Amino acid sequence: MDQKKNRDIHSRHIHRRTFLKGAALGLASMALPFGTADASVWEAFFQKHYREMSADDKRDVILRMEKEYAKAYDTKFNIKTTKPTPGVNFGYGLDVSRCIGCRRCVYACVNENNQSRDPQMHWITVLEFKKGERWVNVFEEAKKHYNPETVPEEGHFYLPVQCQQCENPPCVKVCPTQATWKEPDGIVVVDYNWCIGCRYCMAACPYGARRFNWAKPRVSKEELNPETHYLGNRPRYKGVVEKCTFCIQRTRENPGRYPACVEICPVGARKFGNLLDPKSEIRYCIENKRVFRLKEDLNTLPQFYYFFAS
Amino acid sequence: MKNKLIIYIGGLLQIIVLLLLWANASADNDVPDFFVPPPPFSEGIFPCTECHAEMEVNRTRRKLDFHEDIVLKHAEEQRWCLDCHNPDNRDKLRLASGELISFEKSYYLCGQCHGTHFRDWKAGIHGKRTGYWNDRKQYRLCVHCHNPHQPRFKPLKPLPPPLSPEDIKYNRSPDNEIPKNPLNSLIQAEIKNGPEKK
Ligand code: SF4
Ligand code: SF4
Repeated sequence: MDQKKNRDIHSRHIHRRTFLKGAALGLASMALPFGTADASVWEAFFQKHYREMSADDKRDVILRMEKEYAKAYDTKFNIKTTKPTPGVNFGYGLDVSRCIGCRRCVYACVNENNQSRDPQMHWITVLEFKKGERWVNVFEEAKKHYNPETVPEEGHFYLPVQCQQCENPPCVKVCPTQATWKEPDGIVVVDYNWCIGCRYCMAACPYGARRFNWAKPRVSKEELNPETHYLGNRPRYKGVVEKCTFCIQRTRENPGRYPACVEICPVGARKFGNLLDPKSEIRYCIENKRVFRLKEDLNTLPQFYYFFAS
Repeated sequence: MKNKLIIYIGGLLQIIVLLLLWANASADNDVPDFFVPPPPFSEGIFPCTECHAEMEVNRTRRKLDFHEDIVLKHAEEQRWCLDCHNPDNRDKLRLASGELISFEKSYYLCGQCHGTHFRDWKAGIHGKRTGYWNDRKQYRLCVHCHNPHQPRFKPLKPLPPPLSPEDIKYNRSPDNEIPKNPLNSLIQAEIKNGPEKK
């Protein structure tokens, strides 16, 4: 009897707007004290999923966000929503025989992508392995805190790891709110306004590529990069997940700059380009070099290739 | 009328053949025009002829009086200055074939021995690229990264490791003392003192 009553209640037709109004009032009384709840907070609260936004929706959201950021960071941000280019699928190559483990890439990425300086956040981890030891599938045990006077260290080699932009990404499958997804140009993105911080994706990622904002991310004003993309390096919030986006704010432009890590690497170990263009650098690597992908047995199909040029 | 047409068609065909030949000839030269910065000469060293034009060519292996900073560690048993530097006009480099090339095109010289690297470099695989992945790319000469007299890449000081878990404290620094990115002081130093010595 009780069950039937419940079912009746649930099947009662509620108009979506009426429901939202009710829910909003209810939630507001719980979470949003009226004193601080100005229009922008409400707009943020009811913001649509990025993929469901129309061009107008996007424009409004960007305007609101640029205002919020300008206020919070005392800096004028430009937030792009550049779409993927048809016929482009990004691929990355890293020459393991060249990398010397100098970590320039780690910190160039920090600069470009507004990663928090305190608490410290790095999207790239450079792993150090001893030559001749078991390595490919055991990098959880690898050394990442190496700090000799100079690199490369005698008898060692290096393997930088960042998001592999998997073609079959387990992180996307587990996300309960679809706050992370794969774009047509291959980049796996996160909508920081849709992420609820459950960290399922971090548990699912076999490469340890995702990072969580345990506290409010902080960057000093002089070091902020105001050129951002909604799905990329715009400032993040406490309690959301972030990761490498192949510098979406650079690479999606036309002409598209190389990612910051490619540009800084002093030994030129990092290669980037369009997998669908037979004349691209990345295609040359795949066709002419000895390439491998990390943890191939998991069928994640990374779009990040490691290779040995010599 | 008919004859005219034949002449026309014949002329057109000739033009097409010529065009094809021309296209082929330029395709033969498989090195595109690379966008490279100027060669990294030590200050005030170029043009070499400023001094060398007046000097006699001396081919004997010896301790040099002037270029004392140059220590040859590059197959030095088999090689001496004038194997690469052109004796008669020092502003040019000299290939094994005797062909003279400018310092801006020194990759031809290196490519004589390092063919596989040269091939990879042309394809954009060996060496550092900047610029645009779908447009103009900035290449670098071999000698921008490898000192031609001592080509081995010199070790670098690594940037600091990530904090280990026991050192992580959240938001402990006051807002006006948020730690800076260590890369930036390095870049500043490079702007001031020139690139790190390779
Ligand atoms: S900058 Fe280049 S050489 Fe240095 S750690 Fe990164 S990939 Fe390796
Ligand atoms: S590397 Fe991890 S975060 Fe990146 S796409 Fe693959 S599973 Fe997702």
